[in-house]
Amino acid sequence: MSEPAPPSAESTAEVPESGPDKGAYGAPEEGWRSLDRRTLLVTAVVTAGVVLGAGVPTAVGMAGGGMPLGEVLAWLLAGAGLVIGAGTGGDYVRWRRTRYRVGPERAELHTGLFLLKRRSLARERIRSVDLTANVLLRILGLVKVRIGTGEQTGGESTLELDPVTRAEGERLRRELLARATEEAGAYGEGALAAFDRKWIRYAPLSFLAPVLGASAVGGVLQVSEWFGAQSRLFDWLGDFFRATTVLGGSLILLAGMGLAGAVGALGLWVEMWWNYRLEREAGGTLRVRRGLLTSRSVSIEERRLRGVEVVEPLGVRMVGAARVDAVATGLAHEDEDERTEAKALLPAAPRTLADTVAARVLREPVSPTRGATLIPHPRAARGRRLRWALGYALAPVAVLTVLGLLLTDVLLYVAAAGAVVLLPVAVLLALDAYRNLGHGLSGRYLVTRSGTLARTTVALQRGGVIGWRVRQSVFQRRAGLLTLTATTAAGSGGYSVHDAAEGEGLAFAESAVPGLLAPFLVRSGTRSRPYG
Amino acid sequence: MSQGEWRLRPPRNTLDRRAIAWWRTQWLLWAAGPVFTLGLLGALIAPARFWLLGPAALLAVLGLTCAALIPRWWYAVHRWEVTDEAVYVRTGFFRQEWRIAPMSRIQTVDTVRGPLEQMFKLSSVTVTTASAKGAVRMKGLPHEQASQLAEQLTRITQATPGDAT
Repeated sequence: MSEPAPPSAESTAEVPESGPDKGAYGAPEEGWRSLDRRTLLVTAVVTAGVVLGAGVPTAVGMAGGGMPLGEVLAWLLAGAGLVIGAGTGGDYVRWRRTRYRVGPERAELHTGLFLLKRRSLARERIRSVDLTANVLLRILGLVKVRIGTGEQTGGESTLELDPVTRAEGERLRRELLARATEEAGAYGEGALAAFDRKWIRYAPLSFLAPVLGASAVGGVLQVSEWFGAQSRLFDWLGDFFRATTVLGGSLILLAGMGLAGAVGALGLWVEMWWNYRLEREAGGTLRVRRGLLTSRSVSIEERRLRGVEVVEPLGVRMVGAARVDAVATGLAHEDEDERTEAKALLPAAPRTLADTVAARVLREPVSPTRGATLIPHPRAARGRRLRWALGYALAPVAVLTVLGLLLTDVLLYVAAAGAVVLLPVAVLLALDAYRNLGHGLSGRYLVTRSGTLARTTVALQRGGVIGWRVRQSVFQRRAGLLTLTATTAAGSGGYSVHDAAEGEGLAFAESAVPGLLAPFLVRSGTRSRPYG
Repeated sequence: MSQGEWRLRPPRNTLDRRAIAWWRTQWLLWAAGPVFTLGLLGALIAPARFWLLGPAALLAVLGLTCAALIPRWWYAVHRWEVTDEAVYVRTGFFRQEWRIAPMSRIQTVDTVRGPLEQMFKLSSVTVTTASAKGAVRMKGLPHEQASQLAEQLTRITQATPGDAT
């Protein structure tokens, strides 16, 4: 770069004519391109949808208020026209003012009317190019492109092109992620995993199902309130319970909720994972493609992959299945949801397949998440888990008991029932949590496992560990335990070994990343004062 | 393991002694606000005097006790060390925490001087790595030492190639 760009939107200079991409950019204005014109159509249709949604109830209300139908229609059409026009006009301005360019050095985006925004990313720092297309965009053959760097901080490092044609999106993706192909074909390009309809059976087992079931109930209550039928609903419920027994009625209602939740989870799963395909492309990029209505394409450069995470939520684990997530730096994560979406490599699938996919992703013969021999944690860790579980189970029981003693005997029965149900569950979960604890080394990877409601086995590249955080509470100190966290640039930023034995844990950390911890370790026969 | 288990040794350096005074002032200021407000209200509102001055006195005693005892304790607990390879810091007592960041992975070195720190000629140095959970903070270093340290760290990290992820 010889000089910075002059501060006007018309700065189109300084693109070297002899760039390697000269041929690819026959477009006018020396490589500057604009978004697809059909964005106007998309905006118009979306706005029309919103207007329709808001307009119909309004029309019903106005007509109900005694206004002649013709007048109502006239008003509404005028309003609709205004809103749609304004929306589309705004989008037209945005379209006119938005330009992007991919040069040999940088990818640039200029946008904004009053507040000119110019963003430019160094091409060598671009780590992800993700394509999404909702139904409307798909019909028109368009996609939304997000170009991101590996930065962990701030959402300022993403270029969003909304929308471009699918071909252009693919071209950008290929071109921006194409790098010198090292070790191509070593483990083969092509599909690593492909969609299997049978996986759908795991969908209702996710934690999403009860949540969706509960929200279905909430939805029914809300809608009945809108139509003023809530009291009728409660009357009906009363009759229902009188017709059956309380227990039977509750069971039927719960079953109904469960069914609604399961159907919802199935629907969501189909929308999210239909046509799923995980493949490795030339140049060392992993690509996940999926989605029934909204199609998504997420690319993860293998350079920024630091490991994988095999996640087994309780329900899914009980039927021997697991999900695989990537542990990579700089996945698009404007909000938490998108991050969860972006890191998923495989939906809940049979555990053996999950391990196979993990192995293929890491280019290992056997996945470290399966192959590693995990060191179990000291029994003191079990005591800690049992105490926590009992605490969680007994707290509501204690509250109910106190209230029962003060107010009414009924609560005492509820408390007793609660204790009978909660205590065994809590103890079982605690024992399971203890059994799941483990850590070990497997080749280039550090493996740690923990959790019971969602058991997670992380295989983290030892070279990706960029520091340690060691924590020890007073209780842990008495029990001779500590929690080790390997910090990393990828994923959640740190992966923990919970409640490892003090000496063994530190020795493990030192052997995982030789030399980092060693200068600060000493051997001691006696326990010294915590500060000295 | 006849020699005993591995342990993390405490980092070599303590903070500057002035940090105790700094923390003390913080505690006193923290307590002074509510005590003053309550006292003023108590002086003005005669009927509720007992209920206002009582808590004020309680808070004052609490604040003074904390100011007297806790900073000394913190001083004993906080330690730091910078070697050629890594930054090593220990904090906390009830939940003791050691953080180690290798030089080769350090991304930024920030020196911050708050208004109160200025008064005591102290600085805080924050060393961040590419991990969201890996920042290492050293609070309560003397000005000269902090800037020297920041300079040294910056020099070393600049000499390291790669993007430290």
